[in-house]
Amino acid sequence: MTEQLLQVTNLVKNFDLRAKNGSRRKKRIVQAVTNVSLSVAKGQTLGLVGESGSGKTTVGRCILRLIEPTSGSVVFEGQDLGSLNFEEMRALRRKMQIVFQDPFSSLDPKMTVGSSIAEPLVVQRVPGDHSDKVVELLELVGLSADHSQRFPHEFSGGQRQRIGVARALALNPALIILDEPVSALDVSIQAGVVNLFEDLQARLGMSYIFIAHDLSVVRHIADRVAVMYLGKIVEIGEQESVYSHPTHPYTKALLSAVPLPDPKTERKRNRIMLEGDVPSPVNPPSGCRFRTRCWKAQDVCAQEEPVLQLRSTGQMSACHFPES
Amino acid sequence: MADVVLAIRDLHVTFETPSGPLEAVRGVDLDVQAGEMLGVVGESGSGKSVTFLASMGLLPTRARVSGSVLLAGEQLIGASAKQMRSVRGRLLSMIFQDPLSALNPVHRIGDQISEMLRSHQDLNRHDAEKRAIELLEIVGIPQAGDRARQFPHEFSGGMRQRVVIAIAIANNPKVLIADEPTTALDVTVQAQILEVIERVQERFGTAVVLITHDLGVIARVADRVNVMYAGRNVEQGTIDSLYDHPSHPYTRGLLASLPRTGKQRLTPIMGFPPNMLNPPSGCAFHPRCEFAAEICKGDLPELKSLGDLQTACVRANELPKAEVLK
Repeated sequence: MTEQLLQVTNLVKNFDLRAKNGSRRKKRIVQAVTNVSLSVAKGQTLGLVGESGSGKTTVGRCILRLIEPTSGSVVFEGQDLGSLNFEEMRALRRKMQIVFQDPFSSLDPKMTVGSSIAEPLVVQRVPGDHSDKVVELLELVGLSADHSQRFPHEFSGGQRQRIGVARALALNPALIILDEPVSALDVSIQAGVVNLFEDLQARLGMSYIFIAHDLSVVRHIADRVAVMYLGKIVEIGEQESVYSHPTHPYTKALLSAVPLPDPKTERKRNRIMLEGDVPSPVNPPSGCRFRTRCWKAQDVCAQEEPVLQLRSTGQMSACHFPES
Repeated sequence: MADVVLAIRDLHVTFETPSGPLEAVRGVDLDVQAGEMLGVVGESGSGKSVTFLASMGLLPTRARVSGSVLLAGEQLIGASAKQMRSVRGRLLSMIFQDPLSALNPVHRIGDQISEMLRSHQDLNRHDAEKRAIELLEIVGIPQAGDRARQFPHEFSGGMRQRVVIAIAIANNPKVLIADEPTTALDVTVQAQILEVIERVQERFGTAVVLITHDLGVIARVADRVNVMYAGRNVEQGTIDSLYDHPSHPYTRGLLASLPRTGKQRLTPIMGFPPNMLNPPSGCAFHPRCEFAAEICKGDLPELKSLGDLQTACVRANELPKAEVLK
């Protein structure tokens, strides 16, 4: 068994809608993340996939405590993050970094690229002059030393994303959360950034949580995959087993909805067309949250919440009537 | 050969910017055949949207447009505002990525469809309402009668896109232009919307132009495909020939950069998309092309037939065959 770097257990995050708009209406709670448990091994990549509103980004942010989880535990390198105070958490953030989706809004337009990349070092009070480190980082992500004096607007989307990665690497983190890191990029540029993630991992050995709605990219990069639906993990396991033998109906439908760039395969495919939209997380369906769109749903699905169970193909899924 | 309903010839679009003129579309030739589904693929800035916005007469007046766009024999470039108003919605409709901004938030859905019907057809209010409900049923909105009395904010993203499609097809146009219609949607909803578009195309015989950056979407629904790069049409053909043996180095590069089922390393296209204020001479792709030679920097390459495809690459005949991608 490989060594675990991160262990998330029963993570819950509820957002109180009333608090935000200050209205006196009846309490409404968005159950963004409900009882999510997952783990990430050292040097591995966990893909977190799901549609909008599935809670995948919220899981990422709760792990870093960029938002406080409502309950549940996050254990990183043996330390329970919930027990740490502000200062201790700040020190630990050296080891956990994040790269955001939008390379345009995640860089300060008034800072040179060099000072943006050096900022984590300054914040963490790393002594010394950081210019050598900045050059090293720029070269690591495929940019060059003379880029450090330029400003973000002089770079293309793909280059900016590389700058964001360089900044995340500055403190030699053990875990990087990549939140839709290639969604805003054109396909021809995407491939280069995906390759960069793979090279960096091979070289530096950090773990990734790769959050994305693009299932093809996740298939390519992830070792393990967790599929989320309305705040819950419906299936989790090795990439190969989840993609080749999906056991949860939602996983199966999601995979069949992804258009593949091959007309012959597309014509032959049996597609599962899901009805309707994802229900509101304010009032999620009882029992299995997917049952309102599931073609296999029975009475038991409304009454009893399915738990994650180990399937013969090696992954866990939460369904009363799993696919085989 | 099927009838051509929309013929674009030598279309140029130039915007004046503070840094000088920017030619976003640089001589596009393109045919849309009656009843077909034509995919138009390209990356951001390739001119794919601008080409069709120009055809619709929807560009700001500061844009300089030249060339020819013939819709069922009628010239649209240089047409009067009145003439364009009569064409839009009746012969040529367009839908966009964001359905919420395409709908009026303070009018009921049914009224918005009726408005489209009554601006081109002689219908009384009652008949227009009835037809609006039928259209909502055609695009797959359940309880269409009740939903017609609701406002856009009461609809989900996928449902709004269906409403926009209903408005676009209300007058049975010859061509429906769909500009990234599923980009803002989740994959399961995307699959539904693509199905609606296909259903409309079959039922009414509408030609559909599907503008997208997603080669998977095109492989799923299109009959033919046009690949655009730097304001030019660089390759076109049926989807089978284009995906099986792409000829233009850019098309090859695009297909090779997609993640496939295996774990093989991805092959990105080197370099960056061109700066359109100062595009490279000759073939705009030459600085990123692995097969580029001196000749590529000369004249703008024109589309030439090569097997089943038409390719704008002067070296297309000399290039090694593209690998079959799995």
